[in-house]
Amino acid sequence: MIEITDVTKAYGNTTVVDHVTAKLPKGGITSIIGPNGAGKSTLLSMIARLIPSDQGTVLVDGLDVAHTSGETLARRLSILRQDNHMTARLTVRDLVAFGRYPYSKGRTTAEDQAHIARALGYLGLEELGDRFLDELSGGQRQRAFVAMVLCQDTDYMLFDEPLNNLDIRHAVGMMKLLGNAARDFGKTVVVVLHDVNFASCYSNHIIVMRNGKLFLQGTPHEIIRPETLEQTYGCPFDVQDIGGNRIAVYYT
Amino acid sequence: MQHEKKRSPIVVLTITAAVAAAAVVAFMTVGARGNWGFVLSFRGTKLFALILVAYSIAVSTVLFQTITNNRILTPAIMGFDWLYMLLQTLFVFVLGAAATSAIDARLMFAIEVGTMLAFSLVLYRFMFSGAVKDLHLLLLIGVVFGTLFRSLSGFLQRLIDPNDFVVLQDRLFASFNGVDSNLLLISTLFVAGASALGLRIFHTFDVMSLGRETAISLGVDHRRVTMTVLAIVTVLVSVSAALVGPVTFFGLLVANLAYILMPTGKHRFVLPAAILLAVICLVGGQTILERVFAFDTALSIVIEFAGGLFFIFYLLRGNAR
Repeated sequence: MIEITDVTKAYGNTTVVDHVTAKLPKGGITSIIGPNGAGKSTLLSMIARLIPSDQGTVLVDGLDVAHTSGETLARRLSILRQDNHMTARLTVRDLVAFGRYPYSKGRTTAEDQAHIARALGYLGLEELGDRFLDELSGGQRQRAFVAMVLCQDTDYMLFDEPLNNLDIRHAVGMMKLLGNAARDFGKTVVVVLHDVNFASCYSNHIIVMRNGKLFLQGTPHEIIRPETLEQTYGCPFDVQDIGGNRIAVYYT
Repeated sequence: MQHEKKRSPIVVLTITAAVAAAAVVAFMTVGARGNWGFVLSFRGTKLFALILVAYSIAVSTVLFQTITNNRILTPAIMGFDWLYMLLQTLFVFVLGAAATSAIDARLMFAIEVGTMLAFSLVLYRFMFSGAVKDLHLLLLIGVVFGTLFRSLSGFLQRLIDPNDFVVLQDRLFASFNGVDSNLLLISTLFVAGASALGLRIFHTFDVMSLGRETAISLGVDHRRVTMTVLAIVTVLVSVSAALVGPVTFFGLLVANLAYILMPTGKHRFVLPAAILLAVICLVGGQTILERVFAFDTALSIVIEFAGGLFFIFYLLRGNAR
């Protein structure tokens, strides 16, 4: 379980995350949704210790992320951010192999090789394994990064808008993959999503943020309702039940 | 983009090592006359200095680029070269050229290295104290200090006696001709110490090149590694500047050559390649300088001419990212 207690982050006079307290259940997919500037990515970054919080604590399975050693946390929690700029020239396989760094410190063992091959296979990247990252399309590169995170094999996996750059087929594939990882391997997946319908169809738990504050949380059936979405995003919504999922319609 | 064949990193390393060895042999033997014992010990000292500086510049530039995630920066951006220049100018300004030249080389070396290390400590204190959280902000402070040092030395140089200025100008060009063998020993100790520190965190370098966020997610203590690498870079740059003068431009050259030649970004291949390329440039360049131009010019001019040509060629080919 991830326990967020009274976490606050401000840049100058702008409070980006404002006294957020929440519990993210272990197992399943938890989605964080909300309008631009709601503090979703900042909250995710603070959970993953990429940004120190000004106030409050984040506990992952009882470990305080601000005071636990990076090495220990890297075996429990991984994060993938939106923009992954790097200068080094790496092949897809090299990148995925970095996922094993917390365990082997760069000396890949046979067990690591098995993990790498499995992660490549999981994302359908076997044939691209020896290609350089700068030769790939945005979507392929995104999948390579996700493969690295899978290879890290942590209980908690955090993704900041993992569907960016992905076409419809790969976006659906990605969400199914995260769902499988949660169901088959008991992983806890936390994703920041912009598409409320992906959140509705794949999440076990949804957290809604607005103006840096925790606005609502609950199951998709509780959250994906016209009135809550209208309050969150400030525009009209229509919500339909299609095939057992609640689908928000907001295009017109 | 053209399709390139995948080169093997081992093959590239072997070839660069062979060329470096050829440059070393050429340096030691071409044009040698008379007593071999004298030739070898005389040139050997110089060769050692060249290799030590090549190593320092190559390693410091590659590591600096790794932690800044930027391939066009060199440690020079922190203002070390300008500080060195200001120090020399100050000495000549205050004491005069003759007295400056009379200062014991070891004392001079201690003052130069000491000042540069002290300056870096002041700079890094901003980061230790938490006043500056961003490495790029730290670099910017370095740039500002560098400009200050450069302006100050420019100002002082205008006031200096013209005869003293000629002497000063000569001191500001990197020169391998008058390296003191006493200084070589202490320099080697410094460089060895920095290298030992680097070896202990060697496994983090590849991860660091993935960028701050990925490195933290993979469990690297990003801040501590950054500070350690900065310390290593400072020692290497200070020692090589004090030993021969400012030569940082050529770090940019060898680091980028190494990235181009190596089919992989792994540090265990890129670092040795950059070191070997630096040895080729310095030792080969010095050989050409001594045998072709008969000492008529400075090594930094030879290297910067070749380096400039290389960069224009590189940009024209459209390989720059």
